[in-house]
Amino acid sequence: MEELLLEYLPILIFLGLAVGLSGLMVMASVVVGARKPDPEKNSAYECGFDAFDDARMKFDVRFYLVAILFIIFDLEVAFLFPWAITLSDIGVFGFWSMIVFLGILTVGFVYEWRKGALEWE
Amino acid sequence: MVEFWWSYAWPTLWIVIQILFIVVPLLIVVAYLTYAERKVIGFMQLRMGPNVVGPFGLLQPFADALKLMTKELIIPTGANRVVFLIAPMLTFVLAMIGWAVIPVADGWVLSDINVGILYLFAISSLGVYGIIMAGWASNSKYPFLGALRSAAQMVSYEVSIGFVIITVLLAVGSLNLSDIVLAQQDVWFFIPLFPMFIVFVISALAETNRAPFDLPEAEAELVTGYNVEYSAMAFALFFLGEYANMVMMSGMTVILFLGGWLPPLDIAILNWVPGIVWFALKVSAMLFVFLWVRATLPRYRYDQLMRLGWKVFLPASLLWVVVTAGAIVVFDWYPGIVN
Repeated sequence: MEELLLEYLPILIFLGLAVGLSGLMVMASVVVGARKPDPEKNSAYECGFDAFDDARMKFDVRFYLVAILFIIFDLEVAFLFPWAITLSDIGVFGFWSMIVFLGILTVGFVYEWRKGALEWE
Repeated sequence: MVEFWWSYAWPTLWIVIQILFIVVPLLIVVAYLTYAERKVIGFMQLRMGPNVVGPFGLLQPFADALKLMTKELIIPTGANRVVFLIAPMLTFVLAMIGWAVIPVADGWVLSDINVGILYLFAISSLGVYGIIMAGWASNSKYPFLGALRSAAQMVSYEVSIGFVIITVLLAVGSLNLSDIVLAQQDVWFFIPLFPMFIVFVISALAETNRAPFDLPEAEAELVTGYNVEYSAMAFALFFLGEYANMVMMSGMTVILFLGGWLPPLDIAILNWVPGIVWFALKVSAMLFVFLWVRATLPRYRYDQLMRLGWKVFLPASLLWVVVTAGAIVVFDWYPGIVN
């Protein structure tokens, strides 16, 4: 266990260094860069107009649908990872179990497709 | 004191030195990738590309970095200041730390964890947060739309990338990146898994928001999308992060399909060349493909992009997973490495 965690220590140190480096770069910009605030310059960009309304507006529900579909399929991929590397141990039975699972998911996928959840016009 | 030095301080310092040996070359590669991009696209369009700063314009990336550093860091009045600044840092950090597990030559890897590919997959998935945070925090319309498009596009293609990785894992039987490379000693995986190689390369283009899938940054409609409101080093961090992601996706392609650090033929002369040279050559070739594609192809429409991801790549890669697994079970081609 100790040994296993020790393998991740370099990643943790790397993470710390990367955060430090990026923080340093932003700080450099604050220290070296000019600073002349101006109400026009600091307003949100909208082709030179004053912003018409708040930018956090309604958006297409299809983005939400894509996110839901993504969760399903990404979970499926996560489920496939251990299956893929142990296929030699679980053999034919393991193979068919996964095919049944994938079959059920495919039925769902075909339903989404027919319902038009994947259409963008 | 001496014991403290040898058992704690020195190992930590050694890790830091190793990290610097990854980060510094990586930043130089990223800097010269921006130069190579302008130069390659320039020549493809019969222009010179940057040629003023230094011989052949070789100092151009440093001039750009200096310019960006002296620019004003503008934070829009309506923005969420903290999230606005965290977003580019997150993009940059994620693009860096993926390299902790990538083996650049036999045994040349910072942390040879046995779930390497899963780690890389997770890190590249997290990349979407930097973009969506930037789009939200800017509180401006173009970044918001760009971030939405970008997030939807990245998650769509990530699913096919996941399935492609699964087909490779079926042929390897291990999640360790060094094992994946060593499993390709007889034949590089892009030959038996050729369709998946194509799917992976195209998905890599979409995942890194590169042309022809650069809709989130479409300058004609979204004036560069999620990073419109960014300036100075915050912008530079996005830029560096994006290009470092390109290098990382090329590295992943090389490890999964092009035999990592292995020479093309297993003969003595080619084996004398150090592994890192082969790795660097292959990554450069992949990066050239990224630039070449940008100079050649027009941009996709958004509906075409989503159709390609969900209606072509997803069924194709899912089918290929089943076919590969079926072939392995039927012909008893189980991979040799068993943990």
